[in-house]
This record gives sequence, structure tokens and C-alpha cells, in this order.
Amino acid sequence: MIDWKKHAKAYDILAVDDEQVIIDSVKKLSAFEDWKVDTAKQAEDALDKVRSNTYRLIICDIMMPEIDGFQFLDELKKHHHAIPVIMTTGYSTVENAVKSLTKGAIDFLPKPFTVDELISTVIRGLKFGQLEFGHAGHSSTEIVVPCPSGHYHLGYSSWSKLDDDGSVRIGCTDLFLKTLDSIDHVHLWDLESDIIQGNTCAHIDSEDEISHNLLAPVTGRIIERNENLIDNIELIEKDPYFEGWLYRVIPSNLDYEYKYLSPCND
Amino acid sequence: MFNKIGLKLIIAAGTAIIIIIGIYAYVNIASQKNILLEEVKRHSQQLSETIINSTQYSMLANRRQDTHNIITSISQEKCIRDIRVLNKEGRIIYSSDSSIIGHMVDRKAEACYTCHATNEPLHRLDFEDRTRIFRPHADSNRVFGTITAIYNQPSCYQASCHAHSSEQTVLGVLDLTVCLEPIDATIQEAKIKVAIFAIIAIFGLAGVISIVVRLLISKPINNLVNATNEVAAGNLNYHIKDLKKDELGQLGSSFNNMTKKLSEARMQLFQSDKMASLGRLAAGVAHEINNPLTGILTYSSFLLKRTKNYPELEDDLQVIVRETKRSREIVKGLLDFARQSVPKKKEVIINDIINKAKEVIENQLTINQIKLDLQLREKLPPAKVDANQMQQVFINMIVNAIHAINHDHGKITIVTDLTDLVPRGIAQIKHAVCPKGHDLMDHSQKIGALPSIKLHVRKNKQERDIYLDAVYGKNRHQYGIKPERKSDFEIFCPKCDMSLLEDYNNCPQCEAPIYSIEIPGKGMLRGCLMEDCKWQYWDEIEKEGKKPFIEIKIRDNGTGIPDENLDKIFEPFFTTKGQKGTGLGLAVIWGILDNHEGNISVSSTVGEGTEFTLRLPAVLS
Repeated sequence: MIDWKKHAKAYDILAVDDEQVIIDSVKKLSAFEDWKVDTAKQAEDALDKVRSNTYRLIICDIMMPEIDGFQFLDELKKHHHAIPVIMTTGYSTVENAVKSLTKGAIDFLPKPFTVDELISTVIRGLKFGQLEFGHAGHSSTEIVVPCPSGHYHLGYSSWSKLDDDGSVRIGCTDLFLKTLDSIDHVHLWDLESDIIQGNTCAHIDSEDEISHNLLAPVTGRIIERNENLIDNIELIEKDPYFEGWLYRVIPSNLDYEYKYLSPCND
Repeated sequence: MFNKIGLKLIIAAGTAIIIIIGIYAYVNIASQKNILLEEVKRHSQQLSETIINSTQYSMLANRRQDTHNIITSISQEKCIRDIRVLNKEGRIIYSSDSSIIGHMVDRKAEACYTCHATNEPLHRLDFEDRTRIFRPHADSNRVFGTITAIYNQPSCYQASCHAHSSEQTVLGVLDLTVCLEPIDATIQEAKIKVAIFAIIAIFGLAGVISIVVRLLISKPINNLVNATNEVAAGNLNYHIKDLKKDELGQLGSSFNNMTKKLSEARMQLFQSDKMASLGRLAAGVAHEINNPLTGILTYSSFLLKRTKNYPELEDDLQVIVRETKRSREIVKGLLDFARQSVPKKKEVIINDIINKAKEVIENQLTINQIKLDLQLREKLPPAKVDANQMQQVFINMIVNAIHAINHDHGKITIVTDLTDLVPRGIAQIKHAVCPKGHDLMDHSQKIGALPSIKLHVRKNKQERDIYLDAVYGKNRHQYGIKPERKSDFEIFCPKCDMSLLEDYNNCPQCEAPIYSIEIPGKGMLRGCLMEDCKWQYWDEIEKEGKKPFIEIKIRDNGTGIPDENLDKIFEPFFTTKGQKGTGLGLAVIWGILDNHEGNISVSSTVGEGTEFTLRLPAVLS
């Protein structure tokens, strides 16, 4: 039997996109950041490559001919390839974002993105791979997000909890925090502004000078911000699910949006 | 020319006339004939008696020549054909025709037959039986004959001549024949008169029918045919005018109603179709543009990272990154529009937004030498709006006005004011339940882009749905079935069969049964389902009374909008600017105002200008 693992190459990133310019920019950036990158212009090629090589992270477009991004996710799951995937698309609707996360992608990066946005997403993705799947070869494809019961999370990054008065509290998960350096600063949206499920609702700057976008778990209007965070930024990391909450919002379509959220189990 | 219905009617009426006049003429001529014959009979009888009486003396005196002279001279009378006197044996003893005197008549001849049919002659006959009508020859005219018996009298058998014995009863007979020519001529004349009358009647009636048909049937039918052709050609705005109140008028008005409904349905379909294609377009554009934008954004931001030490390059690259990010927001806005995103509303003063819009558009106004006159009411209360969307509205409206002005004295006036509007036609029912609490709102059947209220109606064992307009008092209901005032019908909740009819109250306008629906937290909505009544009353909302609205009038002295375009201008893709416009401006504005529970209306005079009126709910503290 041929030990194909011998010939297998180890890459950091596999970029899958039918647009050359996207692949080129990922390559360019990877060279700058010293990541080893492989590319595929079709999902079929990408699946072949995943079979023979090892990757720490996949960046995949949703809208592709033949096999699209969602089918690609399904194929990966079917063949038990435990590689974190970041979905990206030019048709960045809330539905696409949320669907990606419920289908098993760890993050969603809407096109067009800046280099900084790509870097922060990739860094978190790589970190996530280490934390969740351990080393390459980890067999489970399920993402387990530990969080207290009563909380619902979107992807692995943000959580929401319905309070007795009908408002919803929002924060970021422990797992999300672990994928970034210590928090330096949090940019919160203004009171009374609206946040939309699957869209950015806060910028979290880590001490390595990278700004991370937090995706909102629900749609609604911000009625309260956790002002304690201004003086006490470490509250988020110390107690992300209770004292470290970010917003209290009036949800506008909670019943509908719940289907995209996963319940937490300790 | 007669059209087909007219011709058929005329043929039918003509046939009826011919039958009626024919029967009348038959009866009439027959009775006229009888009267005339009676006259002839009476005259003949009288004449026979006269002849017998006048010849009696000369006979008694046996002056044969005298008798002969009398008979001859009477027979000179016009139309007396023959006078004969026969004796008992059947010999002609006197006659107006002297050549046959002395001849025997055949007893079998028609003149004798009535009495001598049996072996024993009859002595007395009724007058009727003594008369006869016959033709002496096959080709001659009809004649009328009367036989009068000359009875034996004492003076006869006592006369000196002793020609007759006293035993005899009948001495002989007088046979008088008169011609019937004048009667026949009169009858013929009457027949001709009747025929002429019938022909005149038929033509007269045909004329009347054709005029009536043309006025009452042909014209409305032609109008209907024209209208159907127009509709077939796609002109659903065609309206049949001058409708009468007859059946064809009803047909016409129901046709008008149908085209109106069709046009509304087409409009809705059109709108949703356009929105759908716009959505696809936006999605396609977003996808296609976002890829190259990603290239620009990543490469430029990457360059920016590497040029930290070259301030002059950094500044330029900052611009590229910033503008690309702006493009990203524009594409996102396009997608959001396609998805009819929820406006981000805040309380703002409309005047401020108008002033900001003016700043943005200032340059264009100066270039076009157009004066913008703002007459903004001071201390205007705020409105809860998405400031960005509203600014887009005003910029679009001003740009439209600029485009409408094609002369050097262009002027645009914007007036803001506060008005109170009644809730009718504005207040929207957002939630409605049956007595058991089932939701009656139907999101699949939309009226005016809003979810409708679904009611279940049972009438004559038929069950259908009626969708009520969610805008209070606007009454653009959609009827799956039409309840009638006189017929029994029931209204139910579509989910639980709870009756929604009010038990004790009827419609105050038309007495029909009314529905009553609970509007949770906002009282009850009552209304009449008759299509011609449409009474509706929402107690809580009526109690609140008029509501404050901010009214913005945007006036220009441009070219104006022709009437035929006026109701199309809010349709997506409708444009009069050709390649220059997308036709989206006013459709987007309409959508934005609708999202803000406001509305927009327009009035325009060609050559004088256009005025748009925008209304937004004001927030009074």
C-alpha cells in the first residue's frame, strides 16, 4: 500500500474561489504573513486536494459553478474532514451569512473585504482549528461551543439570551475570545441603533493590533450597552456570559431567527 | 345597414305583423262581405216584391203587354241581369230577354233545384234558401239570384180571365238575378288597402326597430367591442363612458369594473415582478461587482500596509481604500433596497433633512440656474424617520424637479407644514383576531403591498374567502364571494369557524349584517361587506381622532406631467428620461414613504408645473 501521507503536503490555508483576483489577493497576503497557501478554482479540485493534503484552514466562496460553497461544506462533513472553513461571498446577505454558520462554517467574511479583515478572520480561524480540532487528523467535524444553558449561540462567536422582560442580551463566546489575543478595546454601536443578525455588531481590538468583527446573533434595536466595560474591559474575558455582556436589545424577529441559533449545553 | 340583431328583430316583428294583419284582414273582409251581401239580398227581395206588386194589376187585367213592358223597363236598371216569370209548369212566360219567352226551364237547373229537389215541390221557403250565388259561365262574374213565389190570391182566381183555379197555392215564380260586380270590386279594394297597410306597417316598424336597435343596442355593443379590443391590445385603463342604466349599461359598468380589477391585479403583479427582477439584478450586480471590489480593496489595503513609511503614497492609497469601502456600502445599499430593508428610524426634524439635501444639491441648482425657495415652518415637530433614506427622498425629488424644468426661470419651492389627518385611509391594521384569538392576518394575500385580513364566508352552501384591506377605510377588499343584502350569509374565522357577524347591530348605512373583528389592544373593527356600501368603523382609532402629519410640498414650474403618465410615475422602471433615467427614483421614494407609514401624492398641470405632497406621521411630545 502506498503511504500517500508521505507525499502529502502541509499547508496553512486552502483558498477556494472561481475568481482569480480573490485567489491572488489571498496568496499575496499569505506571502506577507508567512502562511503557506494552496488554491483551487473549483470545489471539486478543492475536495481532491483536501483528500491528499493537509490544511489548517479553508477559505471558500459560496457562489461557485458546479458545486457551491454549501455543498462543499456538506462534502467535507460527509468525508469527516475536520478543517475549519471560512465562507465568503459577494452576495453577502444575512441569509447567506447565517446559513454558512449553521452549515458548519466557523466564520463568514463578506466581500469585498480589506486585508485587515481577512487577516483577523484567518488568524482567528487558524487559532480556532488549534483549539477545537487540535492537530490535523482530528476526526470530529462537529463544532462544540460550550456555554451556559439558556444561551443561544450563532456560529462560535456570539451568544444571545432572552430575558424575562422580552429583551435579549448579547455577548461573545468564550471560544471566540480564546481565538484572539487579550482584548484591548471594544467599539460598541450607539444606543438606539439597529443590529442585524449575521452582520457586524461590534469591533473588538486585540492587543496584537488586530480588529475583529463580531457578528450579531439576532436582529434588533440596542436599548442598553454594558457601560461597565469602559472601565473594566477584562470583564468580557473574565465572565463572558454574565458580567461581560455587550448589549441589551429589543429583538424584532426573534421567533424567526431562533432557527439559525444553536442552544447551549454545558 | 342593419346589424344582425336588428335584422332578426325586424324579421320577427314583420312576421308577427303579417300574421296579425292577415287575421284581422280575413275577419274584417269576411264581415264586410257579409254586410254587402245582406244588402244585396235585401235589395233583391224588395225589388222582387216590387215587381210582383207592380205587375199584379196588369196580370189580373190580363194585359200581357203591360206586364212585359214593366219587366223590360225594370230590367234596364243597372246591374239587373235577368228578370223571369215562370208559370207552374216551368214555362217562361215573361222575361227581360224576350227570346226565351215560351221556353221551358229544366227543373234540375239551379234556380229550381231548391224547391224541386224532392218529387213534391215545396210551397214555402225561407228567404235564405231562395237565394243563390253562381257564375252563369265559368269565366263570368258572380251573380246573385232570388226566386220569389207568386202565390194564389182571391183576386187571382176571381179574375175574369179565370186562368187560375182557387185550388192552386203557387201560381208561378219570379226569378231575379243581379250582378255582384260592385261588391266584388269593393272587397277587392279593401283587400288591397289591407295589403298596403301591412306593407307600410312592416316598413314603419322596421324603421323604428332599426333606430331603437341602433341607439339602445348597436351603439353600446360597439362601445363594448371597442373596449374589449382596447383591453385585448393591453390598454387596461380604457373606460366605457356614458353608460345607460339598462342591462347593457350594467354590462358596461361590470366590464369597467372588471378592467379596473384586472388593471389593479396587473399593477400588483407588475410591481412584484419588477421588484423581483430588481432583486435579481441587484444580487447579480452585487456578486459581480463585489469580486473586483475585493481585488481593489485587498490590494490597496495591502499596499497601504507596506507603505507606512511613504506618507505621500499612503495618503493616495487611503483615498482608494476609503472610496472602495464607499462602493461597498453602495452595493450593500442596493442589496438592502432589493430586500426592502427596515428603515433605521430616529426622531428628526424634517426641515434639517431638507436643508442638508439642499446643501448636497446646491451645485446642480446653480449650474441649472434654478432658484430653490424653502418655506419651512418654524418649530416643526419631529418625525420618526430614517434620516439617510429621507435625505435620499428629498435629493431625488429635487433632482426630478430640476430635470422637469427646461427654461431659464426655474423655481423649486419646498413648503413644510403640520396638518391633522383623519385616520381613515391612513391607519393600518397590523393585527386582527377572532373571538377565540386566532390570527386573521394573511401574509400571502397582499393588498396594496400590505398583509390582508382573511374572513371565511358561507353563502348558499358555497364557501369562499374575503380579504379585507388592512388600511382602515380604504376598502380595496378582494372578494372570493360577494354577500348580498337579501341573501343569508355567514362570516367565520378561517381557523375555528367562530362567527364574526355582529348579532344585534346592522350596517347603519345599508342595514346589511356587519362583521366585527377584534384588533388586540385597539378595540374593535366593524364593517359592512356589501360591495356598494363598504361602511367601516374602528372605534378606538376614531376616538383618537385626527393625527398630526408633517406635510412637505415640493413644487416646480417645469413641464408638468401629462395625465396619462400621472398614475404610472410611482411604478418601478417607469421613466420619461429615456436612457438617462433608471425609472427607480419615485418607486424607491414611494417604498420609503410606505415604510415610514407616510404617503406621497402628486398633482400636475402640463406647462405649469408639478406638485408632490409627502406626508409623514409627526411625533408630538
